[in-house]
Amino acid sequence: MSDADVIIVGGGLHGCSAAYNLASRRVKVLVLEKHVVGRHASSASAGGVRRLGRHPAEIPLAMASIELWHRLNELLGADTEFHASGQVRVAETPDELDACEARVALTRSLGYDHEILIDKGELVRLVPGIAATAQGGIYVREDGHAFPYKTTLAFRNAAERHGAIVREGVAVLAIERATHTWRVLTDRGRFEAPVLVNAAGAWGGEVAAMIGDPVPTSPVALMMMVTARMSRWLGPTVGSMGRKLSFKQSESGTMVIGGGYRGTVHPESELTSLDFAGLRASARTVSELFPHMRHVDIVRCWAGIEGFTPDDIPYIGPSKAAPDAYHSFAFCGHGFQLGPVVGAITAELILNGRSNLPIEAFRIDRFEGTGAAYRGDISR
Amino acid sequence: MSPQYDLAIVGGGPAGMAAAVRAAAFGLHTVLFDEQPAPGGQIYRAIEAVAGGRPQDLPILGPEYRRGIALVEAFRKCDATYCPGTSVWQLTRELELGIVDAGGARMVHARHVLLATGALERPVPFPGWTLPGVMTAGAAQGLLKASGMLPDVPVVFYGGGPLLYQFAWQLAQAGVPVAAILDTGRRANYVAAAPYLPAALAAGDYVAKGLRLLNGIRRHRIPIMRGVSDFQALGNDRVREVAYRQGGTTHHMAAGLVLVHAGVVANCQLTQSVPCRHEWYGPQRAWRPVTDPWGNTDLAGIQVAGDCGGIGGADAAVHAGRIAAFEAARRLGRLSGDQRDTLAHPDRLAWRRHLLARPFLDALYPPSPGTLAPDDATLICRCEEVTAGAIRAAVRLGGTGPNQVKSYTRAGMGPCQGRECGLTVTEIIAAERGLAPEAVGTYRIRPPIKPLTVGQMAGLDDATR
Ligand SMILES: Cc1cc2nc3c(=O)[nH]c(=O)nc-3n(C[C@H](O)[C@H](O)[C@H](O)COP(=O)(O)OP(=O)(O)OC[C@H]3O[C@@H](n4cnc5c(N)ncnc54)[C@H](O)[C@@H]3O)c2cc1C
Ligand SMILES: Cc1cc2nc3c(=O)[nH]c(=O)nc-3n(C[C@H](O)[C@H](O)[C@H](O)COP(=O)(O)OP(=O)(O)OC[C@H]3O[C@@H](n4cnc5c(N)ncnc54)[C@H](O)[C@@H]3O)c2cc1C
Repeated sequence: MSDADVIIVGGGLHGCSAAYNLASRRVKVLVLEKHVVGRHASSASAGGVRRLGRHPAEIPLAMASIELWHRLNELLGADTEFHASGQVRVAETPDELDACEARVALTRSLGYDHEILIDKGELVRLVPGIAATAQGGIYVREDGHAFPYKTTLAFRNAAERHGAIVREGVAVLAIERATHTWRVLTDRGRFEAPVLVNAAGAWGGEVAAMIGDPVPTSPVALMMMVTARMSRWLGPTVGSMGRKLSFKQSESGTMVIGGGYRGTVHPESELTSLDFAGLRASARTVSELFPHMRHVDIVRCWAGIEGFTPDDIPYIGPSKAAPDAYHSFAFCGHGFQLGPVVGAITAELILNGRSNLPIEAFRIDRFEGTGAAYRGDISR
Repeated sequence: MSPQYDLAIVGGGPAGMAAAVRAAAFGLHTVLFDEQPAPGGQIYRAIEAVAGGRPQDLPILGPEYRRGIALVEAFRKCDATYCPGTSVWQLTRELELGIVDAGGARMVHARHVLLATGALERPVPFPGWTLPGVMTAGAAQGLLKASGMLPDVPVVFYGGGPLLYQFAWQLAQAGVPVAAILDTGRRANYVAAAPYLPAALAAGDYVAKGLRLLNGIRRHRIPIMRGVSDFQALGNDRVREVAYRQGGTTHHMAAGLVLVHAGVVANCQLTQSVPCRHEWYGPQRAWRPVTDPWGNTDLAGIQVAGDCGGIGGADAAVHAGRIAAFEAARRLGRLSGDQRDTLAHPDRLAWRRHLLARPFLDALYPPSPGTLAPDDATLICRCEEVTAGAIRAAVRLGGTGPNQVKSYTRAGMGPCQGRECGLTVTEIIAAERGLAPEAVGTYRIRPPIKPLTVGQMAGLDDATR
């Protein structure tokens, strides 16, 4: 007996988005989440909704996703706190300025015009208080940021309104293929459905292996810092060409600092520890680019666990090893923006057998025969 | 890099000081960090300054305060390195401590860590608790100890527990007009506590001390109302009056200053941030780290002593500090197990005797029902201004635990790191979901647990690598 039409493993943003996109098309969905919805990357996330600087393969998806972002509150009937306050990437040297030009030329050659070059004057107008070393950069006006946990819950609640069932505290331990059905063995008993979606985030590699698609993935702890509230002074999210930085002012007025510095993952406990050399470097970057930030209190530092791949783009699409199984995991630190569209792609694949968006670059077997076994960052 | 210290102690109260004296005597290279400018902890705060410069304040603070003089003297004489004005903002399971003082932020590494960070006053949310003119009794007492500062307006005390009466008595001794003590304690508490009375009598002079205190309060003719509920502080710009229910009717009373106290709970922010394992202590409805009788947590090299391991009071803290030092000396190879047992024996007997008083006190002074279940309009997270109603709404939307409620409402995301709202949020979720607080858990505590600026982080001197 089937428990649903589709079982989704993982209740993060991507699992909940797939659940919503399927349930709203009358598919019976069961989401199995081993902790609680949004426990990992999808609540730890910095919430940047960014097309700027994306891998060329991700651009078409990011373009489709931003359309959805601008209508998401309506679609989901909830406030995701999305604000199209823009994204900027700063260049501090002539070389970095050249790199900006080359980047914008590349996106143009691919047929997109969302990234625009800005000079020093425009940069200072957009980002007041930036250090004099800043020379110019790239700007994407309609990008922005949203509230990750609220977005994830908004997808979950909308999915549930359409009849999806979300089971928390259910860990998938093994998956078996029987005739025309998947048997999913968990610590809370067995579940069955004809179709399976792997949205297990940093643990997606484990789930992929259970269905016969072993792939190189590695869990990475991305570190963040947040400061005390400041009165509003920064509109766009600021990144850098030459340094690891993501810097924004949240709705509540706090400054959110990230950029990809890594802590340590403890795989057994699923906890992380921070690397203070990385946090120091991150704080240095902020105090050099924004000298007035030096006296502001840091309120919290944390790290969230995200799955990475050897080429820094996710796995999206059908299983190679078995029919009726689909992957959507290992978003390499930039899967928040892609949440709305990838859930829709997964639903299309399941219902129509194909997607209108190009997803070839993300196929699960792309490292087959390359010998890539990417486990590098499990410990520092 | 190899560890700079054998033993790093956090906290310079009775537990930390007593531990430092013993540990240094075994030749352990010991350092003690404390955020205060001088040794003493909460109970003996500023004792040197008072004894040396303001002896007229000693009778106000009472005979117990005086006991700190000898402790601090012994600590000053010992070989441990003392770092006052130094906050510990982080502890890792690798035994690295993040510290910050006037000179900036540093990481230090020790072979063994003893946390003696004491207690925090239990946060007591009620309508109006954020009004100017409402503060905790402990904070007011801190001002009295540190700078002899006294209120000059009529004071209303609200809450419960022995320290409420002690603070009231101290202020009355100092000539401050105390309008009333509004005690949430109910008759049922006496019934619940009665079976534990014999043990408490054997524990020492706890009960006698309590009765002496009550007598002292009576001599000052301070009115005491018991069984108080539905307490509110009222006023626009600052507190002007209080309202409360007692005996089936609502009463109003003018107040210039409201001092609140409802007992103390273990300060486990450092142990929670690592994280060590914690348990819910039902009678006092609060967390404490799980330890063995020597103060060892579940993580190797991290020990606790004194009130941060569970409330025992100042006298118990001294013995707990020494016991922890004997164990640290054993772990660091200075004592055999047998030697430790022999040396620690007298302290272990005394410690256990002091703890005999706890079941009685805990049953007599449980947090009041109103404190555990504030109504929807009451602010719970002061930093982010989140009400009890917003927390309940988040639970209904699927925010099933404290970390989800935090993600959703921002409760607990402010600079106090959830010190003010953590316990209440756990209670509210537990009540909403019909679960035990243990099953609900608490916030994941993230560093820095003490303020640190971006500039200090940027200049972090990391000697551990
Ligand atoms: C600190 C940080 C900052 C980020 N900043 C940005 C940003 O600014 N912009 C951006 O676009 N992206 C950002 N990202 C990336 C983005 O947040 C993630 O790509 C996205 O949230 C991933 O969602 P997910 O659903 O794939 O993973 P997750 O949210 O991790 O969900 C996976 C879920 O699967 C569950 N699970 C795993 N194994 C099992 C099992 N066997 N059984 C049952 N359940 C299981 C897990 O418990 C987890 O809840 C950031 C990520 C981090 C960590
Ligand atoms: C506000 C307050 C007032 C109190 N007053 C009395 C009283 O008058 N009489 C009484 O009998 N009991 C009082 N108590 C109860 C008191 O907790 C114990 O009686 C006794 O002080 C416990 O001793 P201890 O050594 O365990 O901790 P404490 O005496 O509390 O000492 C802990 C020390 O650690 C420091 N510390 C904590 N965290 C850090 C950190 N991260 N970095 C650096 N330093 C840190 C604290 O500032 C403090 O100096 C009070 C408690 C509180 C909270």
